[in-house]
Amino acid sequence: MYSYLFKIIVEKGNYRDSVTLMKVSNEVSKLKGVSQAAVLMATPLNKRFITDAGFEGSEVEKAGPDDLIIAIEAASGEVLQSSVSRVEEMLSSRASMEAEEIRPRTLASAVKVMPDANLALISIPGRFAKREAMNALESGLDVFLFSSNVSREDEVELKEAAKTRSLLVMGPDCGTSIINGVVLGFGNVVRRGSVGIVSASGTGIQQVSTLLDSEGLGISHAIGTGGNDLSEKVGGMTTMEGIRLLEKDEDTRVIVLISKPPGPKTSATVLKAASRSSKPVVINFLGEGDAVASKQVRAVTLEDAARMASGFVKGKRTGARPFSDSESRVMSLAQSESSGMSKKQRYIRGLYSGGTLCYESQVVLSPLIGEVFSNAPLKPEGRIEDANVSRENTCVDMGSEEFVVGRPHPMIDYSLRKNRILQEARDPETAVVLLDVVLGYGSNEDPARELRPTIVSAKKLAGAGGRYLSVVASIIGTREDPQDIHKQAKELASAGVVLMPSNAQAARFAALVASKGAVGRKLFGNGR
Amino acid sequence: MEDREPEKRSILKQKLKVISLGIEIFADDLKRQNVKVVSVDWQPPAGGDEELLRLLEKLGA
Repeated sequence: MYSYLFKIIVEKGNYRDSVTLMKVSNEVSKLKGVSQAAVLMATPLNKRFITDAGFEGSEVEKAGPDDLIIAIEAASGEVLQSSVSRVEEMLSSRASMEAEEIRPRTLASAVKVMPDANLALISIPGRFAKREAMNALESGLDVFLFSSNVSREDEVELKEAAKTRSLLVMGPDCGTSIINGVVLGFGNVVRRGSVGIVSASGTGIQQVSTLLDSEGLGISHAIGTGGNDLSEKVGGMTTMEGIRLLEKDEDTRVIVLISKPPGPKTSATVLKAASRSSKPVVINFLGEGDAVASKQVRAVTLEDAARMASGFVKGKRTGARPFSDSESRVMSLAQSESSGMSKKQRYIRGLYSGGTLCYESQVVLSPLIGEVFSNAPLKPEGRIEDANVSRENTCVDMGSEEFVVGRPHPMIDYSLRKNRILQEARDPETAVVLLDVVLGYGSNEDPARELRPTIVSAKKLAGAGGRYLSVVASIIGTREDPQDIHKQAKELASAGVVLMPSNAQAARFAALVASKGAVGRKLFGNGR
Repeated sequence: MEDREPEKRSILKQKLKVISLGIEIFADDLKRQNVKVVSVDWQPPAGGDEELLRLLEKLGA
């Protein structure tokens, strides 16, 4: 028996970003003699996390969100000491690696180093973000503001300041933009082309741009507006500016607008601006499909939006189909997935890293299988009490605040999602685990390697209970992405994951499997 | 010649040159795309002391 030793160090006011800290934690955890290690900022969520792991003490309780905690459990004092040194070394080697480059300490000094800078990418904790974004605007920079937890009042103030200076504020809470072929934040390596996107959703841009890319089409620019831009309070300030910019942009032939349904006032304003455009506009207010003016079309899903945009570019429209593959092949695949299931296995458990993909799945699933519960539901009554516990059919947005304060986004850090997959596999009522796998810049460098062992274990767990667990996923990505969609698909398929070409199709397929084929009639019409 | 009129300036027409504050992989990914980036070694102002920060803001610091 080993007796393990604990060490906790709190470094006051030493800020490091959550992704860097995740890498340090992972590497130190692998050192010989270390049983567990966590290096993180002392946010309430992270404090709970390390207390649960057995690291307790008044120094942890007293630490605040800007303090760094190093917590290590190891077999001996020497290992403890050497692993703490390793942490310090990794944290400072990052700094020294950058030492050859000039590393200014403030935005103002960065502007002196790069006087012709034209954009600030800001991804610091939300409570400091407005201050720095305002500094950036005052220095004449456009802003990509990834940070969330910025109030609507501050958002309006920033966007008004931008307007008077003819600058653009993408965000707060902006996950993705593609400007002149350059990906900001999370985004895929897609072709350049003639479709311009304005989107309140980062994964919306990712799904639509990758689907267009798979058809050989490309993106002129994709302007992220931030998740709250179309709230009544903000009134679509960045969306309107985005439409105006794409209207003037000669590379853009078709405009796609993506958002969850906005409030009525903002919706009217934006639709009016869209109807004035000389270019065709595809409006994808997820779940809303009413037809409007002649040059506009309404897309219910992200997949529809990509199909309609492609129709405009190619000059030929194609009708909606539930699946890319033929009905008979889809039905036989669904049947083979559900054949080993017990009677009790009835429910879909969607575990999402993309908030909009989670929303889109609910839009697709609700008419097929009835109510879907979520921590980000379509309607308030669909809210689950505890995001950590599924109920009947559930889709969880694992990128929502309760899961990410002080932690990397689930597109980067798969650990919470992996635990949740196993949790769902143990539930005898789970028929299908439904996943999104998002590739591209910003995301985890090898999601399939992360997921494969967990999915194999999850299927074994269910098997040991006399059940068959179906795992269905879509991969949002391209061949040119650093992770290569083909490589990812091959590895996931080898773990028994059924892959669909879009998130909407993955949701439909999950419904087919969970209903043991019963929703086939709704999907394929009355022919069956 | 570059268009220098302020009201016609659009980010869509410019080669991006970026100042990055925060998550380091975002700056790294821009460098992979051959974009010029300056990363700020950002730390919370006033050591993250919210009281002091509010005071400094009042003083216009």
